[in-house]
Amino acid sequence: MGKLVLTDKINIPGIRGIDVYQAHGGYVNLLKVIKDMTPADVGHEVTKSGLRGRGGAGFPTGLKWSFLDRKTDKPRYLVCNADESEPGTFKDRYLMEHLPHLLIEGLIISSYALGVKTCYIYIRGEFKYIIGILKKAVQEAYQHNLLGENILGSGFSLDIYLHPGGGAYICGEETAMLESLEGKRGNPRIKPPFPAYKGLFDSPTVVNNVETLAAVVPIIGMGGESYAEIGIGKSTGTKLISACGNVKKPGVYEIELGLPIEDFIFSEEYCGGIKDGKRLKAVVPGGSSVPVLPFELVLRTLKGQQRLMTYESLAEGGFDSGTMLGSGGFIVYDEDACMVRNTWNFTRFYRHESCGQCSPCREGTAWMEPILKRVEYGAGKLSDIDLLVSIAGKIEGNTICPFGDAAAWPVSSAIRHFRHEFEFHIEHPEIVKNINHGSLVNYPASSIQYR
Amino acid sequence: MSITVEHKMYNREEKQVKFSENILKRIEEIILHYPKDQSKSALLPVLHIAQQELGGYLSVDVMDYVASLLEIQPIEVYEVATFYPMFHLEPVGKYIIEVCQTGPCAICGSERIVDQLENILGIKAGETTLDGLFTLRTVECLGSCGTAPVMQINTEFHESLTPDKIIQIINDLRSKDRSNNQPLETKWVNLF
Repeated sequence: MGKLVLTDKINIPGIRGIDVYQAHGGYVNLLKVIKDMTPADVGHEVTKSGLRGRGGAGFPTGLKWSFLDRKTDKPRYLVCNADESEPGTFKDRYLMEHLPHLLIEGLIISSYALGVKTCYIYIRGEFKYIIGILKKAVQEAYQHNLLGENILGSGFSLDIYLHPGGGAYICGEETAMLESLEGKRGNPRIKPPFPAYKGLFDSPTVVNNVETLAAVVPIIGMGGESYAEIGIGKSTGTKLISACGNVKKPGVYEIELGLPIEDFIFSEEYCGGIKDGKRLKAVVPGGSSVPVLPFELVLRTLKGQQRLMTYESLAEGGFDSGTMLGSGGFIVYDEDACMVRNTWNFTRFYRHESCGQCSPCREGTAWMEPILKRVEYGAGKLSDIDLLVSIAGKIEGNTICPFGDAAAWPVSSAIRHFRHEFEFHIEHPEIVKNINHGSLVNYPASSIQYR
Repeated sequence: MSITVEHKMYNREEKQVKFSENILKRIEEIILHYPKDQSKSALLPVLHIAQQELGGYLSVDVMDYVASLLEIQPIEVYEVATFYPMFHLEPVGKYIIEVCQTGPCAICGSERIVDQLENILGIKAGETTLDGLFTLRTVECLGSCGTAPVMQINTEFHESLTPDKIIQIINDLRSKDRSNNQPLETKWVNLF
């Protein structure tokens, strides 16, 4: 069993309420912070911990905090990114649903470190019942003087407000989120200026993911150095992985970074292997935006090393043979999954969610989707495959925000690793036309191997 | 074939485009969550409340009313209401059934769920039943991939669905509606 630092108390009955949370050591770390530590001390611990943003990009949190403009007279803001909408990712929802006070404690400690007096939790609108859970937790915290004026006599004051999204995936991008918080369409901003200087209401702002902010609590509890001892190299600490797709036991697991992927998929402690006795075909390890890998490359790198759950190991080999840890949305495909249909599905998602601001993304996704659809239904041409690669290549890197890359990578990686499936669809229209709902296409057995 | 249904047929009383005093008071409190000159920030919360309280969708009248409350131009409300998928710009049924169709749900059988709903309700995705009870939509990822396939009915999640479960859920809603029990739905206005 790996070490649990975030979810160790998640199974305690009633831990969602403040009394039980406090009875099990909750808010002790906050007390320690406001009694014995300066804001700079907290920042140092977070830097020493090596904590990296858990939303997907993996940017070092301590460094992000250090960029915040502390010279201006303007108020500073902390925005908690709870707009979890990456396909395959449901870890933040799990954390907020079961441990709302862990997030609130993390928000208070982080606000103290950043000199923030107002904090917004931007939560996706579809999670209405979780907004209810958080609302109750925030109210409890106010009643216990953990929020509001002069928290526990420390002289430090903080307000936390909940702000619902409207169901737009793009608002998970930090500058789109700030636009949305200001009551506008979620169009990402051009950077620079970065939010650390000009963010919400033109003021210095830090945007952090739910899991990142929650991780600040155990970092204060055990000390940054001890936290950094968990994990491997620059991938320190633990990470919540949400496993879904064709595995026996889908769900959210807290893992120590560095766990071999093979163990994660096949051990009884985690996913328990592939459902219905089928074989593993492919994995998207970090939410729909990261490149898909066939089973042989997800278990071992091209050099033959065991692939580990770390930022570095998953990226080993670049995009030719690697992928990214991303948000930890771990989607597993069995032998029956059709990669063409899956790619079409993801592209339809990106076409729907593109904010429409940059032409390469707006037009590119709107071209890739119908082309993939016609390939899926047996009406494609062989030249369509290269056309898709070309469109994806023209979106990637040519947009204001990383959404364009996220829309391009699933297509280019699926063609890179599963080109034979696309060709099969095009060369055997009579077979694919009669397939019902993307169930197994009978590929020639010799062309594919499974674990 | 798409079915066009006029608003009158929804058997819903025509609501006046005005919030009650209680809700207006809550909205004033919500505006205070943001800095003084930033009342526009309250737009998304207020639109959620307006959609729920003023007829289930955002008519132009409702959007104009919201603009006047927040002291912004109507166009600023229109451009936001048309951007976010959770806002309906046309009348919808009493129960909005939204089935996730993105990757993880799709490989766990969400297409069979949509088929089953279309069969039972006699409508296609995107349409509303003639009695105004159900609107069926397909939506993108609902963030519940571990319990796929998933749908939400008026923001209440239904998870690990099977075609058989669908029959049960729809029958329950129909009988609930006949017995005149209003659905137990959290009010947006209580969430801020």
